[in-house]
This record gives sequence, structure tokens and C-alpha cells, in this order.
Amino acid sequence: MNDKPAILELKNVNKSFGPIDVLHDISLKVRAGEVLCLLGDNGAGKSTLIKTLAGVHKPTSGQILMDGQPVTFVGPSDAQGRGIATVHQFGGTFPLMSIGRSFFVGVEPTKGWGPFRIYDRKRANEIAVRAVRDFGITRIDDGDRLVGGLSGGERQSLAIARAVYFGARVLILDEPTAALGVKQASHVLRIVNEAKRRGLAVVFITHQVMHAMAVGDHFAVLIRGAIAADFRKGEKSREEITDLMAGGETMADLEAQVEGYMETHEGHPPSPQVLEVPAAH
Amino acid sequence: MAHPVTSTSTPAIDRPQSGLALGRLARRPESGSFLGMIAVLLFFGVFGGSGFMSAAGAASWLNIASEIGIIALPIGLLMIAGELDISVGAVIPAASLTAAIISGHYGLPDWLGITAALGLGLAVGLLNGLLVTRTSIPSLIITIGTMFGTMGLTLGLTVKIAGSTGVSLVPDPFTKEILGDYLGGMFQVTILWWVVFVVGLFWLLHISPIGNWIYALGGDKESARNVGVPTKRLSIGLFMLSGFSAAFVGVSEVMVYQSAQVLAGQSFIFNSIMCVVIGGVLLTGGFGSVVGIVFGTLTFSIVNQGIYFTSLDPNVGSVIIGVLLLIAVLTNDTFRQLALSYSSKKGGRS
Repeated sequence: MNDKPAILELKNVNKSFGPIDVLHDISLKVRAGEVLCLLGDNGAGKSTLIKTLAGVHKPTSGQILMDGQPVTFVGPSDAQGRGIATVHQFGGTFPLMSIGRSFFVGVEPTKGWGPFRIYDRKRANEIAVRAVRDFGITRIDDGDRLVGGLSGGERQSLAIARAVYFGARVLILDEPTAALGVKQASHVLRIVNEAKRRGLAVVFITHQVMHAMAVGDHFAVLIRGAIAADFRKGEKSREEITDLMAGGETMADLEAQVEGYMETHEGHPPSPQVLEVPAAH
Repeated sequence: MAHPVTSTSTPAIDRPQSGLALGRLARRPESGSFLGMIAVLLFFGVFGGSGFMSAAGAASWLNIASEIGIIALPIGLLMIAGELDISVGAVIPAASLTAAIISGHYGLPDWLGITAALGLGLAVGLLNGLLVTRTSIPSLIITIGTMFGTMGLTLGLTVKIAGSTGVSLVPDPFTKEILGDYLGGMFQVTILWWVVFVVGLFWLLHISPIGNWIYALGGDKESARNVGVPTKRLSIGLFMLSGFSAAFVGVSEVMVYQSAQVLAGQSFIFNSIMCVVIGGVLLTGGFGSVVGIVFGTLTFSIVNQGIYFTSLDPNVGSVIIGVLLLIAVLTNDTFRQLALSYSSKKGGRS
């Protein structure tokens, strides 16, 4: 799998907003049929990185390559037109719209002609329901249902099915499992695997190491806007990754401190104020 | 657009529609407002006596409903799109006076006055739209600003040009007939224009693909923009629509009453918003329907006028409207929850 050419590649990308540097020298490759997990704590620059990949932000310097060719995204719709789809944390972001309508926002199927083109509800519902059922979500069978009535996992699945239907080649999943329960999260992870099986390149953003390890082929840890570690499946343990994300050895330090405290205090954990957590830098 | 999804092993999706009726009904934004309308109709039918039920009684609330209704519809669309427009309260008299000054004071042809008045409405709408899309100031504040601006200019210019705060206009017979006439001696022709607006905006919101964009815009502006909805043009268009509609009401008022007053129109601000909210439109956007807005408008007008047919103190009418508004919001919330939690049981786990 390693030798496959990358669909999307970032080369030494920097991004700053005015005087504030957010991304430093990011180089990444996303390949077809592979899941790249982007790990990082809050504020590590994940959102900025996603938005750069999705065409919302332009890199201040550095290159974005698609299929080996340098590209400049004019805007998010340009990136989408090239097959880069982003699915956000809450999946369908239009909770009060029907499944069929939200599936086709912006690209509504119509019938009729000219100014009398009308929204083809029946076809929209049919296609939307079929697309999401093909991903194994058989509980969805009525395209008129409101998206807000679906479970979190179903919403994510709907959003992913939508992206795939509209020809996405690169799927950017922004914390898809963050707000979900265990069962729902495993649902979404299955769908991620299904997308991977279909040959999509998946960028999976999360701070849940377990979820990342369940589907990831390739991992990049982002700290303060720079890639702190870049490794493949099986090269690092869960603890190592967690420590990396928390900014070095902090997590292990913290655990040692808690253990030490409990030993001397008859097994009671310390109150948070007792712990002096060293700053990440 | 690629369609990589093949339809293998997909069970039949088309299912009998029976058994879904209740769920479908609960899902409609207008369900709550329909019940409300029936309730006030029954109430005033019983307590309003024969006067309320007569043609003249119907005319009294239909006339009110038609004017508010023409404004409530685009306001409703704006609210579904997540915006508010307060400036309609100033556009109505501004349009009335524009028409009255051009066609009445200066004696120019009616069509010129009407065109200028409608153009003024579109211009205020355009200004609102541009300000809302170019800044991050909430539309509530922006339109309050443009309302005061328009009001001040209207007052200042009217006094300067006409020397008073009221200008009269005698429309020519044709204009009178299409904009200011009474059908059967009591029903304003505005009612028919309301029907035209209802049909037009129903088409826009529920049948044309643009309706989908309006819901998406109100649901989540950023996501809507990301999926390619031209959010700015859409917002500006909706503001222009509400400016135009307010100007239209201003014009038809001056044709009906044959005079224009600087301070007419303030009551339309709150009244139109109330009609829309009673009609089941979610204040924060993303949910609502044209039929619901029509029901809300009728409900509001029935209470507003029906009170005069009862032996109750007319001031009680305002209390009823206030209570009705709160009940409407509560029931609409309930219906919305029903709509959200509703899932079909049949074939659900095939």
C-alpha cells in the first residue's frame, strides 16, 4: 500500500493568520484506500489543517498537490469539485431538514425545465435512502424523516454516504466519533472502513486514540501546528501516542504523580489543584 | 457528478404510505398553527355572534390579514433563512409617500409613482442585504438602523416637499381597480394580491430548488455555503423580496385610503413577526412553511378583528394575541420535537 501514489499531498505547508503562525511546515500524504489519522489535542491546529485541505484557507506558503499535480483551491466548492469532501462532527448539519432535502442541498435534483424546474422530492428521497442503506444503515428507510431525528452515528453515516455519492475521492472526517457513545462510534468506524474498502482516501481527525487505532493505516500527531510524529500502523503503542498528543511526557508524568499521591494518601486520588502539571513546553 | 453507488441488494424503498399519516402530519411545521386557527375561529364563531360569521365580518379580518400576510410571507422566508427584517415598518409609509408625492403632489402618472415606490422597497432591501452579508452585525440591528434611516428620510423629505406629514393621492380608475378597489363593496382587492404572493412564495419555498437553499441557509449558514449554496446572493434576494413586499403593501394602502401618512406601518413590524411565529416558523431559522405562515396570519387577524364582534373589551384582544403567541411557540416546539423523534416503525429494521 505504501507505493500507491498519493491522491492529496501537502508539501511544506505553512499557514499564518496575520502575525500568528498556525501551521508550520506540514507535509502529509493521503493515499487511496488508506486512512490517515490526524491526532492532536485541542488547539493543535487540526481545524486549520482540515480547512486548508478543504480549500477554505489557502496556505501562506507551501504546496498542495492532487495526483502529483500542484493545485490551488479557489474555495471550498473548488476543492469539493475535485473530490475532497469534509464531514463535520455532527454530520448532517441541517437537523430540521428531511434526509432527502439535506442530502441534495446545493445540487437538488429537479424536473421540468427553465424557470419551472421544480425540486424532485421523490427522486431525492429515493437516492438518499439507497445511498445510506448501501453503507449498511438499514434503519433509515424514509427520506422524509428529519435529519435531527437520526442518531449521531446515523447522521455521520448519512453525511459520509452523501460525500461518497457525490464522487468524493478524499474524505475528511472531522472528529466524527467525538460526540458519540461507544456503540454509535463503532458504527461510524465500520463506515470508515467501508469507505476505505471502496478505495477512498480518508483523513480521520480525532483525539480519541482508540478510535484512530481501530481504523488508521497511517498516523500523524499534530502539536502546536507542527507534525510531531508521523508513523504507520503498529509502530507505536496507544500510550506512546497519547503521550505524544499531550505534548511529550506529560501524560506519563501525570499518571506517575497520581499514583504517587494515592500511595501516600490511602488510595484517594488527588484533587486537581494538588497536581502541578508542567506546561507542554 | 459521479454516481459510484450501485444499487445492489437494496430492499424496496417504496412502502405504502398509510400508517405514516400521523407522523407526516406531525412533521409539518403548520400542524400547530392549523389547530390554533381552528380554535380561534370556533371561539369567535361562538362568542362573536352572527356579525363575525357574516360576509362583512369575514371581510374585516381578511382585509387585515391580506396586508399583514403580504409582509409576513417574505418575513417568514427571511426567518426561515435565519434573518429578521424590522425595516418593513418604515418601508411601508416610505413607499406610500413616494407614490403619493410623485403621483399625487406632483401629479405625474400613477405607474411612475408605483414603480418608484416599489423600487424604493427593493433598494432598502438591497441595502439591508448588502449590510447583512458584508458585516457580521445581526440583521435585527441592521434593519433597525435602516428602519430609522428610512423613517427619518421619509419624514424629512415629505415635510420639505409637501409641507405636511400626510399627502393625498387620487388614483386613476385603472390603478384604483387593480390595487385599491373593494370587491363586493367590502373585500379589498389586496386579498387577491395576497393569494398571488402565497402561490408565488409557496412555489419558491416548497417546489423550486431555491426553497431547499433557504432551509439550508437557516439551518447552518456555513455548511450551506460549503455545499455551494450562493448564501450571499440568496440573503440579499430575500431582503429585497421583503422590501418589495412592504413597498407593495405601502402602495396598495395609498390606493385604498387615498392618502399616505408618515407614521403608518409601525404596527406591521411586530404583527408580521407574530404571524410568522404563530405560523410555526422557528425563530432561529431552518424550519417553517408558507401554509403555516398563512394560518398564523389568519389566526392573528381573526383575533385582532374578532374581538370587536364579542362583548369583550377590545383591549382583551391584545392579551389574547400575547397568550396565543406563547401557546403557539410552545405547541410548535412540541410538534417539532414530535417531528424530530418520529421514525417509522414499519419496515424499520428490514
